[in-house]
Amino acid sequence: MSTHVSHATYDRLAINRLGLWLFIFSDALIFAILLITRFALFGTSRPEELNQALGLGLTVILLVSSLTAYRAEAAIATGDRSGLLRNLLLTIIFGTLFLVGVVGWEWREAPHLGIVPQEGYGIAFFSMTGLHAFHVLTGVLLLLIVFFNARRGAYGPDNYWGVEAAVKYWHFVDVVWVFFYPALYLVR
Amino acid sequence: MRLLWSLGLIRGLVWGIVGTAIGIGFTMLVRMALGKPAWETAPVTFVAAVFGTLAFLAGVGAFADWWRWASGEEAGDPPHHHEGPEWVRYFNFDTDHKIIGVQYTITSLVLMFAAGIMALIMRLELAQSGLQFVTPEQFNSAMGLHGIVMIGSILLGVAGMANYLLPLMLGAPDMAFPRLNALSFWVAPPAAILLFLSLAFGGFDTGWTGYPPLGAVGATGKQFFYLGVFFLGFSSILGAINFITTTLKMRAPGMSMFRMPIFVWGVFAAAWIQLTGTQFIGTSFLMVVLERLLGMGFFDPEKGGDPVLFQHIFWFYSHPAVYIFVLPGLGVISELLPVFVRKPLFGYKWVALSSMGIATVGFLVWAHHMFTVGLPNEANTFFMFTTMLVAVPTGVKFFSWVATMWGGKIEFRTPMLFLLGAFVTFLLGGLTGPFLAVVPVDQYLHDTYFVVGHFHNTMFGGFVFPFLAAIYYWFPKVTGRMYSERLGKVHFWLMLVGFVAQTGSMFQTGLFGMRRRIADYDPSLGFDTIHLIGSIGGYLVFFSMLIFAYNMIRSLVAGEKAPANPWNSRSLEWLLPSPVKGVSWPTPPVVVGHPYDYGVPNATFVRLAPAGGSDRSSQTTTPAHETKEANR
Ligand SMILES: [Cu+2]
Repeated sequence: MSTHVSHATYDRLAINRLGLWLFIFSDALIFAILLITRFALFGTSRPEELNQALGLGLTVILLVSSLTAYRAEAAIATGDRSGLLRNLLLTIIFGTLFLVGVVGWEWREAPHLGIVPQEGYGIAFFSMTGLHAFHVLTGVLLLLIVFFNARRGAYGPDNYWGVEAAVKYWHFVDVVWVFFYPALYLVR
Repeated sequence: MRLLWSLGLIRGLVWGIVGTAIGIGFTMLVRMALGKPAWETAPVTFVAAVFGTLAFLAGVGAFADWWRWASGEEAGDPPHHHEGPEWVRYFNFDTDHKIIGVQYTITSLVLMFAAGIMALIMRLELAQSGLQFVTPEQFNSAMGLHGIVMIGSILLGVAGMANYLLPLMLGAPDMAFPRLNALSFWVAPPAAILLFLSLAFGGFDTGWTGYPPLGAVGATGKQFFYLGVFFLGFSSILGAINFITTTLKMRAPGMSMFRMPIFVWGVFAAAWIQLTGTQFIGTSFLMVVLERLLGMGFFDPEKGGDPVLFQHIFWFYSHPAVYIFVLPGLGVISELLPVFVRKPLFGYKWVALSSMGIATVGFLVWAHHMFTVGLPNEANTFFMFTTMLVAVPTGVKFFSWVATMWGGKIEFRTPMLFLLGAFVTFLLGGLTGPFLAVVPVDQYLHDTYFVVGHFHNTMFGGFVFPFLAAIYYWFPKVTGRMYSERLGKVHFWLMLVGFVAQTGSMFQTGLFGMRRRIADYDPSLGFDTIHLIGSIGGYLVFFSMLIFAYNMIRSLVAGEKAPANPWNSRSLEWLLPSPVKGVSWPTPPVVVGHPYDYGVPNATFVRLAPAGGSDRSSQTTTPAHETKEANR
C-alpha cells in the first residue's frame, strides 16, 4: 500500500488561504449579528456620555497596528527578518495597548457614565466591544506565537504562511473595528 | 489498563473530568477573591463545562500538533502508518477521513437511538389521555432533548457521509485539513454529553428552540443545553470549512464542478449554510447565556431588549438548517437512483444547481416560523411568497427522480427500497408544506401536531431514509462485507408502515387542534384511538431500527465477503478495494467523462493514472455489461 501522496498536484498555500478566508467569513457573521442587534434595539441613538477622545485614540492605535502588521509581512516577503521581528513586536504592543484601553480603561469608566452591560445601550456597547476585544486578544496571542517562531528563524521569503495567516487575521479584526467604531461612537 | 489508556476516548473522558474539577475550583476561588459566595450553580457549572470540554479535547490529543507548531517544532504531515490493532484508531484522534467518517456515523447512530428513546417516552405518554408516566416538565425535557439530539445526530450523520465519501469520490488523498477534520469530530462527544447533562440540572422546558424569555430564566439545565448546542455548532462550522475547501481545491484532474458526483453538490451547498448560518444559532444562544449569567438584557423588554429579535436570529439559521440535513440526503437519492435504475441521472446540471438554489432561497424564508408573532402584514406576505418559492428547486429534484426512473428497470434491493421510502415521505412532507406557508392557514395550524407531522415527513424523506439507504449501500465499501438483504427489507417495511401510521396520526390530530408540546389532552376530543395508533407506529419505527442495528453488527462480524463492486456503480469509490486501506487516492485518477452515463455505449468516466505501478492502474469505469445494457 503506497502511503506517499503526490503533493505536486495540490497547491497547499492556496488551500490554506481558502480555508482561512472561509473561517474569517464565518467569524465575521458573529460581528454582523451584534451590529444588527445594536441597530435593531437602539436605532441610531447613542448616549452623549461616551468618551469620544478615548474611542478615537483607540481607533488610531488599531489602524496603525494594521500598518505595522502589513509591514511585517512585506518585510519577510523580501527576506528582511529583522524588519519582520520589529514590526511584529510593534503590532503586538499596539494590540495590547488597544486591549488595555478598552478593557482596562473604557470598561471601568463606562459604568460611571451610566453605561452598564445589563441594560440599555450598554448591552450593545459591552457585547460588541467585548467580542471584539476577545478577537484582539486571540490575535495578539497568535502574533506572539509567530513572533517567537520568527525569532527561531522559522520563516523565510518563500515560506511565511504563519506570518501571512496571523497578519490576515489581524487585518480582519481591524476591519471589524472600522465598522464597529462608527456604529458605537459616531452614528446619530 | 495500558490498552484502555491508549484509547483517546478514555483519556479524553478522564482529562475531561479532571478539567471540570479544575474549572469548578478555579471559579470558586475567583468568586471568593471577588468577595462573592463561592458556589452559585450557573456560573460555576458554566466555567466548569468549558474547562471540561477543552480538557477532553486535550486528553484526546486534539491540540498536540498545534501545540508543537506553536512551540516552534515542525508538525509535519499527519501520519499514515499506525501501530497496534486497527480498531483502536476508531477511538483515537485520527486524521484519516475514512476513520473520521465512521466515527461520525457511529456517533450519529448512537445519538439517534438516544433521541429515539426520548420519542418513545413521549409516545408512551400520548398513547392515552391523562397523565400516566411522566410529569409535564419531564415530558418537555424529553421533547426538547429528542429535538436537539436528533438535530445533533443528523448533523453528525451528514458529516459522516461527507467525510467518508468526499475524498473517495473526488479522487483526493484525504480532506483538505485532516487535523481540523479530526478536531471537528472530537468536539461533538463532549457537546452531546453537555446536552444530556442538562437532565441532571433540572432539564429544559423550552423545547429545542430555547426561546427567551422562558429560556432566560429557570433551571441551569437550560444553560447546559445552550452550551451543548454552541459546541455542536462549532464542530459543524469547522467541518464546513473542510467540505468547501476539499470540493473546490482537491478534485481530481479533469473533474470540473459539473462532473462531480451529485452527492458532493448536496454536501457543498449544505456546507455553505453550515459555514454561515450556524453562527446565527450559536450567537443567539450565546446571547441568552449572557442574559442568564450577566443579566445582559438582549431579549428583555424591561431592559431595552426584544424577545422577537431572538426569533429572527434563531430562525435565520434554524430554517436553513433543515437544508443542511436535507440537501446531502437528497444528494444521496440522486446519487443512488441512477445506479439502481441503470439510467443516467435526468437533468444533472439542474439538479446540481437546484441544491445551490435551495441553499440560497432558504435564507429568505425564516419568518414563516413567526406568522403568529404579529409582524407587519407586508412581512408575512413576503415570507409566504419566498417560502412557496422553495418548492421550485425542490420540484426540480423530484421531477428529475421521476424522469430518471421513467422506463428504467428498477432493482428493488434494500438501498433502493429506502429511496422509495424517501419519495413517499418527502412527498407527504412536501405537499403539507404549502399549507403551513400560507399565513391564514398557518395561524390556525401553528403549534399543532400538523406542523410536527409535516416536519417529520420532510426529515425522514430528506434525511433518515436516504441516510439508511446510504448506510446499506456503502456498508460493503466500509466493511468489505455484505449486509443481510432479508433483514434489510424487513427493516424497511416495518419502518415505512410504522412511520406513516405515526405521522398520519399527527396530521389528523393536528388538523383537529391537538397542540404540540403538551403531555396531555382532553379525552372528550376523541383523540385516544388515533394517538394510540400513532404510538404503535412510533414503537414500530424503533423496533425496525433494532433490526437494523442487529443486521449491521451481525454482518460486520459474519457477513458474506462483498464483491468488488456489488452495485456495478460507475463512481470513483468503487474502483478502490473494500475496505479502502491507507491513503485514499495516493495518485489522483484522471476524469474524462460524466459520472452518470449508465447504459450509454462506450462512456468512460475515469482513467486511472498509470503511476505507482499498482494493479488497478489500467482500469476504467466502463464495465463490459454497460455496453450490453445500452441496447435496451
Ligand atoms: Cu422553516
